[in-house]
Amino acid sequence: MLFLHELREGIRIAFEAIRANKLRSVLTTVGVVIGIVSVTLMGTALEGMNRAFDESIESIGADVLYVQKFPWFTGGDDWWVYRNRPDIRMEHASALERYSVIPQAVSPAASAMAGISFRERSVEGVFISGTTHRYTELSGTDIMLGRFMTQAESESGRPVVVLGSEVAERLFGVENPIGQLVKIRNHSFRVIGVLDRQGSFLGLFSLDNRALIPINRFFRMYGQRRDISIEVKVGSIEMIEEAIEEIRGIMRRERRLEPWEDDNFAINQQEMLTNTFAGISMVIGGVGFFITGLALFVGGIGIMNITFVSVSERTKEIGIRKSLGAPGRSILMQFLMESAFICLLGGVLGVLIAYPLSLIIDQVIPTAMPVSIVIIALTISFLVGIISGFLPAYRASRMDPVEAIRHE
Amino acid sequence: MSNIIKIRNISKEYNMGVEIVHALRDVSLDLDKNEYVAIMGPSGSGKSTLMNILGCLDTPTTGLYEFNGLNVGKMNDNELARIRNKEIGFVFQTFNLLARSDALHNVELPLIYAGVSSGERKKRAKEALEQVGLGDRITHKPNELSGGQRQRVAVARALVTRPSIILADEPTGNLDSKSGDEILGLFAELHDQGNTIIVVTHEEYVAEHSRRILRIKDGLVESDIRVDNSRIPNGVREELTS
Ligand SMILES: Nc1ncnc2c1ncn2[C@@H]1O[C@H](COP(=O)(O)OP(=O)(O)OP(=O)(O)O)[C@@H](O)[C@H]1O
Ligand SMILES: [Mg+2]
Repeated sequence: MLFLHELREGIRIAFEAIRANKLRSVLTTVGVVIGIVSVTLMGTALEGMNRAFDESIESIGADVLYVQKFPWFTGGDDWWVYRNRPDIRMEHASALERYSVIPQAVSPAASAMAGISFRERSVEGVFISGTTHRYTELSGTDIMLGRFMTQAESESGRPVVVLGSEVAERLFGVENPIGQLVKIRNHSFRVIGVLDRQGSFLGLFSLDNRALIPINRFFRMYGQRRDISIEVKVGSIEMIEEAIEEIRGIMRRERRLEPWEDDNFAINQQEMLTNTFAGISMVIGGVGFFITGLALFVGGIGIMNITFVSVSERTKEIGIRKSLGAPGRSILMQFLMESAFICLLGGVLGVLIAYPLSLIIDQVIPTAMPVSIVIIALTISFLVGIISGFLPAYRASRMDPVEAIRHE
Repeated sequence: MSNIIKIRNISKEYNMGVEIVHALRDVSLDLDKNEYVAIMGPSGSGKSTLMNILGCLDTPTTGLYEFNGLNVGKMNDNELARIRNKEIGFVFQTFNLLARSDALHNVELPLIYAGVSSGERKKRAKEALEQVGLGDRITHKPNELSGGQRQRVAVARALVTRPSIILADEPTGNLDSKSGDEILGLFAELHDQGNTIIVVTHEEYVAEHSRRILRIKDGLVESDIRVDNSRIPNGVREELTS
């Protein structure tokens, strides 16, 4: 009961003091404000990255392996090693199809960038993939309109194309694209389908700015001697390790590698993305944590300093309160509350500044400031206030009442 | 009458490095309930030092101090704070009000540290302010009050906890004679109501209001004289103590 009265008086005094020194209080909080802005923005950005990543990763499928020349994530120094590897070719895809027993489906894919035009309209820089009828099984993408290529179309390399939703929209607007003829590198293709909307990968590039054609048609346009990628759908996450070993064995045999030689191909999987992403998140988080910590440390020192000033300014008041019977802990609380609320003020300012900035981040990576980060930020700022106010507040609580009251 | 204060051979020394200042040398004193004592003496004689010790703001270097039978010398800071809060009301020469708080909050302060609830606090603070004749000034801040009114707020603050003694260190020192008289009138009233009052003063006319004059010099009690001073009518006693 007594404690509550003292706490209330402490809070009351704190607000009075802050109100009496508005400008000073606000200026003091700059460090804390920076710290809180940085922690909330970092939290917001990470939230957006996580969200985007989770969405993007879904389009890859956790049980799909990619046999490719380059591993997905490499140190820069190794680039030339990978570069000099032999290309992945159709015969590897055939071998995998023929000899592997674990996977459900194998589908080769080759890709290039090209423009697509329909009458006078055209879209540049479309991601053209040569693939097979098994593609939909592998990727998990659905058809929004029309149908996917058949096995016959795929094997004979018919000039048919399935458009990404963005390409379809830009070429045809509201018109129905099915059955229309479009031109890719001056070759005519009949549109047989449009893919479902997939959004963007980490907000970096659109997954809908693409077109799928039979891989055999692709080779006719771009030549046989091209590096391809082979997608292998394992069908179950538990079997991934076994599948990788099986594929490795088949590939090494195809490549006639001696036991002491390293693999000259890469088997990529979603997990690599997940791991790398976790790594990136950790680096961003670490840097953000460091900046936040530094800003809060500097801010805390500022708060400590201003609390010392406040204590010495109010020495007489401390003496008066003590003469009226205020125990040390009550004086301690008074100044702790003052520094804590100044810091909390900084926290609130920080959040208010960070919010519009988070809307800017939202333009780059779709995100929203999580409520949890706001609560964390405010708690942190309050704690910084308590910690940095402790030393001066303790000193105030230990003051000799006679000396304090004589102070002018 | 019961003994409130019992002091035996107390001294107070300040170690100034090169020399030791003997603010009090050897003071013994007994104080009963409802006494009205004036402490007099030249500047630097140790009056304020004695007052601070009596008020448990300070502790003696040697000697015994018993307050209501409790050994003050054995108390820790929190216990001393409690005694100050419950048993002692201070009135200072320079008023020592909180500048940012209004009269009501200033008077409420000791009750906050006594753990009195907000409603009860306001009620009692208002009553105390009415008692010193400031019922119409409760929302005024100290700088909106005259010196005499400020000192009356301080008196209200001193008596609001109904302490065992009221200690006043030169309460009229910063006041003109009219305001000073008002404060002395208040003290007389409080004394009539049964309060115990100790006043430090330079001025003889202030001491004349008291019933006992303690003169100290160089940290020693020079004389301790009881005066039968019955100039103040006691008619109001029944009315105010009921
Ligand atoms: N904190 C202190 N440190 C050192 N010396 C002190 C301290 N407080 C008081 N003294 C000394 O103790 C002696 C008594 O001081 P005190 O304040 O009690 O005098 P006083 O009788 O109240 O004088 P005045 O009438 O001028 O107020 C003085 O010599 C003073 O210098
Ligand atoms: Mg003095």
